[in-house]
Amino acid sequence: MKVTILQFPGTNCEYDTQHAFKSLGADTEILWHKAEAVPSDTDLLVVAGGFSYGDYLRSGAIAKFSPVMRAVKKYAEDGGKILGICNGFQVLTEAGLLPGALKRNETLHFISKYHHLKVINNENIFLERLQEDDIVNIPIAHHDGNYYIDESGLKELYENNQILLKYCDENGNEKNPNGSIDAIAGICNKERNVFGLMPHPERAMETILGSDDGIKMLQGFLNA
Amino acid sequence: MKVVVNVFLKAGVLDSQGKAVHHALESIHFNNVSDVRVGKQIVLKLDESDEKKAMEDTTRMCEDLLANTVIEDYTIEIVK
Repeated sequence: MKVTILQFPGTNCEYDTQHAFKSLGADTEILWHKAEAVPSDTDLLVVAGGFSYGDYLRSGAIAKFSPVMRAVKKYAEDGGKILGICNGFQVLTEAGLLPGALKRNETLHFISKYHHLKVINNENIFLERLQEDDIVNIPIAHHDGNYYIDESGLKELYENNQILLKYCDENGNEKNPNGSIDAIAGICNKERNVFGLMPHPERAMETILGSDDGIKMLQGFLNA
Repeated sequence: MKVVVNVFLKAGVLDSQGKAVHHALESIHFNNVSDVRVGKQIVLKLDESDEKKAMEDTTRMCEDLLANTVIEDYTIEIVK
């Protein structure tokens, strides 16, 4: 199992992500954005969190034109598995690999805290180790995490079971930290090989640090 | 040629910054403001004398990079 982790100027979660996947037994490689190909032995490509290009213009807007992104699009078209976390999710929406967009949080604050999430759909490699309605506790840390999609796009997400995670409280009742439409925290594409979420499962790998709920999420990719 | 691009959130997409500025204006007693939209302005200097070509190029820039048309609208103004 080989996990390749993308690194843009301003990415800052690549080493946490590497540490998390290493602890699960995966081989890892960090790939600088100037690369023109995705390593051929890659089983999962992670677009890690951070502030690519300083979030200039819009989060993820400039990263989508990095040289590596052409290869990333091809990798996705060929069915390769991609996980975008936080800024990675923003990059994937900007690049058109996932629908919708991430706006400034409704409160305008940067939010950094643990937040509960409810599993809405587990018929995908990412969440297959969890059950629907399971609640996980995962850190969020973002300024632009307010998911938006127009009405017809939202309908399509529901029809194709592309909504994977929603924000909730510890009892599973809807609780929305950032104004996301329908409290959406994570989605996938129609083909179910490209995943994006604002919360950071790679930061929830050890109970001593607050939660190890991220293990079950990331492990899903390891049995592919 | 100078080209001015204005980018704003689409009508119908909640503009939280505009709302916050609106509240702030009310708190300093400007009670006649009925709406505030916050956007951004991008000023380009183009080495181009053909206005039509400048408009076409800038439109492509907006569609590809300067605006995210999922949530934003843009206007282009050529300043002579």
